[in-house]
Amino acid sequence: MQTLYDKLWNQHVVHAESAEPDSMTLIYIDRHLVHEVTSPQAFESLKLAGRKPWRLDSILAVADHNVPTTDRSHGIHDPISRLQVDTLDQNCDELGITEFKMQDLRQGIVHVIGPEQGATLPGMTVVCGDSHTSTHGAFGCLAFGIGTSEVEHVLATQCLLMKKSKAMRISVDGKLGLGITAKDIALAIIGEIGTAGGTGYAIEFSGSAIRALSMEGRMTLCNMAIEAGARAGMVAVDDTTIDYIKGRPFAPQGELWGRAVAYWRTLHSDNDAIFDRTVVLDAAQIKPQVTWGTSPEMVTTIDGAVPDPALISDEVKRHDMQQALNYMGLYANTPIQQITLDKVFIGSCTNSRIEDLRAAAHVVKGKHVAVNIKQALVVPGSGLVKKQAEQEGLDQIFLAAGFEWREPGCSMCLAMNDDRLTAGERCASTSNRNFEGRQGPGGRTHLVSPAMAAAAAIAGHFVDVRKIGG
Amino acid sequence: MEKFHTVTGLVAPLDRANVDTDAIIPKQFLKSIKRSGFGQNLFDEWRYLDHGEPGMDPIKRQPNPEFVLNQPRYQGAQILLARANFGCGSSREHAPWSLQDFGFRVIIAPSFADIFFNNCFKIGLLPIILDATVLDRLFEEVKSTAGYCLTVDLQKQTVVTPKNEAFGFTVDAFRKHCLVNGLDEIGLTLQHTEKIKQFEQKRRTEQPWLFM
Ligand code: SF4
Repeated sequence: MQTLYDKLWNQHVVHAESAEPDSMTLIYIDRHLVHEVTSPQAFESLKLAGRKPWRLDSILAVADHNVPTTDRSHGIHDPISRLQVDTLDQNCDELGITEFKMQDLRQGIVHVIGPEQGATLPGMTVVCGDSHTSTHGAFGCLAFGIGTSEVEHVLATQCLLMKKSKAMRISVDGKLGLGITAKDIALAIIGEIGTAGGTGYAIEFSGSAIRALSMEGRMTLCNMAIEAGARAGMVAVDDTTIDYIKGRPFAPQGELWGRAVAYWRTLHSDNDAIFDRTVVLDAAQIKPQVTWGTSPEMVTTIDGAVPDPALISDEVKRHDMQQALNYMGLYANTPIQQITLDKVFIGSCTNSRIEDLRAAAHVVKGKHVAVNIKQALVVPGSGLVKKQAEQEGLDQIFLAAGFEWREPGCSMCLAMNDDRLTAGERCASTSNRNFEGRQGPGGRTHLVSPAMAAAAAIAGHFVDVRKIGG
Repeated sequence: MEKFHTVTGLVAPLDRANVDTDAIIPKQFLKSIKRSGFGQNLFDEWRYLDHGEPGMDPIKRQPNPEFVLNQPRYQGAQILLARANFGCGSSREHAPWSLQDFGFRVIIAPSFADIFFNNCFKIGLLPIILDATVLDRLFEEVKSTAGYCLTVDLQKQTVVTPKNEAFGFTVDAFRKHCLVNGLDEIGLTLQHTEKIKQFEQKRRTEQPWLFM
């Protein structure tokens, strides 16, 4: 009677410091994804200590945070960004690490390209110096973000020292309403359990509504597990998982494929598995979600209003809420649909896959962005997503509607490149964090699904995508 | 890593819940490829009135007099009191680096985000979890007493107030061992090299598709 998490954990135990269940344990790492921001110091210390990477074929590297999303033929003009990307290139070249460089068609956001290449497989442990590594758990693997010291530790030893988390099951049953997406499920869950609700847990998402999600949807959901405080999110393997992986460049083939699939089919929680905590949501009740504050838990529904701090009894909470409203330039009780926007960002490792772009294009087709929208960006998650979208003519739909169609990368999700909000600007964003200054100093972020962002771009303010046939 | 025994130090209160790593060290400073020098940009957007970019001279910047760490009474603080879910958000180790570089050696909060909590131990910054009610009291005492200091004794696992009141805290035995002795975790893990190799070999035979 094991949970999926138990199975994945047990498969990777190399050594335990003691026999206690919460003992520090040495866990073997199968896949190590690397990007330019959190790796330079790890490579440097590794070198200083005279060590080499333990297993080169476990590593896949890509630059995504600093890369420009406009014409790349002239390189990166910001010298500090350029140095960081060059440093990754150098480290990878020197050590013989596989890297998709900036001009490579396969380049993109690390959490988009791992699955896209089949480099993320069920049953693996997947780590990256990036909190949204939880995304990969959609494939029935144990995937979590690590710090730079741990990046170095994995490079040097192929292992990590860690403690087992508790297990939480979040079950979403029933049928989602029209226009409701995995993003809405994720935000509804965070609204329910809070941004610290998953702290100390690995979350398994299950239930009929999750089974019905595509791999893209499951990735969106697991991506935001970290926003609920959980280091790892995961979904059991089923036909949807296996169909997605088949034929991808890093996926097993021939005789190995059959063997792999037979093993992968065991990657689900046993019927009588016991979880430390269970949360149940009714899919039919989930409405389009919009955040109003500076934490993903500060969220409400499209038919809701900005909440009133005066009604909150907890002093610390009331104070935080007031601070968030001040920062966001919002007043209590303002209906969400009356909030007007300056910019719209469709992209990030949460929502930049082909399905996300299709959903947004479906809403904007034949329409035009509102006059008050200063900029509407579509940033595909990878070069391959971009190419696919272009083959389907989605770029033309966006361009005709007044959107900009960009090169792949993290872009305005965290504004480390040139794409950013200026102080006071308000943005509907398909990314995952609405923290102060996240999309640019003083910028104001509202998290929504791609269809909701697209609809907001057309209307110039938030609208209910269910009413416009999204 | 520096050994950690006891710290007696000035305490600064950061009275805000859900302090995220973007607030602790904003992204423009993550472009550095170095491990040091982040302290001057700790809490940059709260600490300064002007917008900070890498390479700016802190002397020429405009500090925000309202921000708690800018108040003269908290200069030189080594212990930070914080609220729930401190360090949520990204996995950037730059957050603990910047707190340490600024001079903090201990962070006390009712709860921490998992990755941040973990990252702190790796660099010798001690995160301590105390009950929210205890923190409420400490916040009050710090604010009402100039020069308020606490003593953190890792060996005994206690936080001791100026009135000699001691609060116990828990810390994983292995992590404590590493901190107290200033041990390099990689070195420790490499003592298991044979075990790792055996494990890897078995895995290679059972699931060869993971090794391509
Ligand atoms: S898209 Fe955003 S959240 Fe995702 S990896 Fe890039 S910066 Fe991080």
